Amino acid sequence: MNGAQDLGGMMGFGPVIAEKNEPVFHADWEKRALGVTLCSSALGLWNIDSGRHARETLHPADYLSSSYYEIWAKGLFKLLAAQGLVSPAELEAGRSLVAPRATPRPALKAADVPARLAGGGPADRPLDRAPRFAVGDRVRTRNMNPTGHTRLPRYARGKLGVIEHRQGSYVFPDTNAHGKGEDPQWIYSVVFKSTELWGAESDPTLSVAIDCWEPYLEPA
Amino acid sequence: MSDHDHDHHDHAHDDGSQLPEIALRVKALESILVEKGYLDPAAIDVIAETYETKVGPRNGARVVAKAWSDPAYLGRLRADATAAIAELGFTGRQGEHMRIVENTKQRHNLVVCTLCSCYPWSVLGLPPVWYKAAPYRSKAVIDPRGVLADFGVALPKETEIRVWDSTAELRYLVVPVRPSGTEDWSEERLADLVTRDSMIGTGLALVPGAAA
Repeated sequence: MNGAQDLGGMMGFGPVIAEKNEPVFHADWEKRALGVTLCSSALGLWNIDSGRHARETLHPADYLSSSYYEIWAKGLFKLLAAQGLVSPAELEAGRSLVAPRATPRPALKAADVPARLAGGGPADRPLDRAPRFAVGDRVRTRNMNPTGHTRLPRYARGKLGVIEHRQGSYVFPDTNAHGKGEDPQWIYSVVFKSTELWGAESDPTLSVAIDCWEPYLEPA
Repeated sequence: MSDHDHDHHDHAHDDGSQLPEIALRVKALESILVEKGYLDPAAIDVIAETYETKVGPRNGARVVAKAWSDPAYLGRLRADATAAIAELGFTGRQGEHMRIVENTKQRHNLVVCTLCSCYPWSVLGLPPVWYKAAPYRSKAVIDPRGVLADFGVALPKETEIRVWDSTAELRYLVVPVRPSGTEDWSEERLADLVTRDSMIGTGLALVPGAAA
């Protein structure tokens, strides 16, 4: 979707300001926000793609005026409400108002955290059809504006690029975010010249590589 | 999300006596999740401690120092970075599918996630605020030299700049150029020259004598 998360190429946000000796967390609530997000997703009711979609469907003004842990927390509130885990009324009341529901997996225990973090959540999947494109092929990204989740940024739609690398086959976020299955697809590293993305006056020494799922691409 | 982003969420009230609204809501959420049996609060402590004390840019620095020192290891990183990084014990969340991109005199690499905050946690830890904020995510793909200038880095105008927008689950680790004058250095000493920013591409490796 064309939401506020899709920031590439926007202007007016000012310089990038790095904080010297930045702490990992700036406040205790940031730790808790990270923790409740990871632990809640471990219950098995949504996946990384639906999690991202919950964040990008925040109102653009809300998204752009929130810090990143605020965005995470607000996305989590939506996911928990949608799955019947914690309702907005419960959040308002600060206590449980309805009995808990069954979850695919039990609460993540502290003792199981190290293994869980070390294992991660691999997204590669076997695929029994050949890739449509080869390294060196010229491709054009589709000009598309889906209302659901996608990982093709606006600045790279309808653009000519060259396949530089085949990355393997992976879960397709455009379906997986919406409970329509993992539908694995080939991913290609596609390289675009700055002049293609940003016009003739742009810096000719710049190129941008984007990981594109096969359905985003057409032969060119 | 502007240039005062670093502190606006910490100070909802001038006297600092009250928590900001979002902190109160997260706190309320945590207690409800515990009450309903969905959450072991001690798990949060273990997660936070992992990224505060165990998993951070020292991991990536060790990978880079070894890549500089050991051509066979560099070869394995090029062929299968995930496996080569796992040799050093660095695996897991947001590092499941790794690739390295190597800086040279001719080409400088810069990594961004314009759509969210994808970042190689297993080798760099949790991303800094600026990496997740709008100024970097918007500017990196259209004006990377401007971003580098914000970090005080100026590259020759003929140097190619390659930006990697992390749109999928592949995670990119930049291998910066090895500083000259370090030919006989041990991996351990070399690792001290490898900053977090040099592995994102917003910085260069430190030169000998400048290491903290």
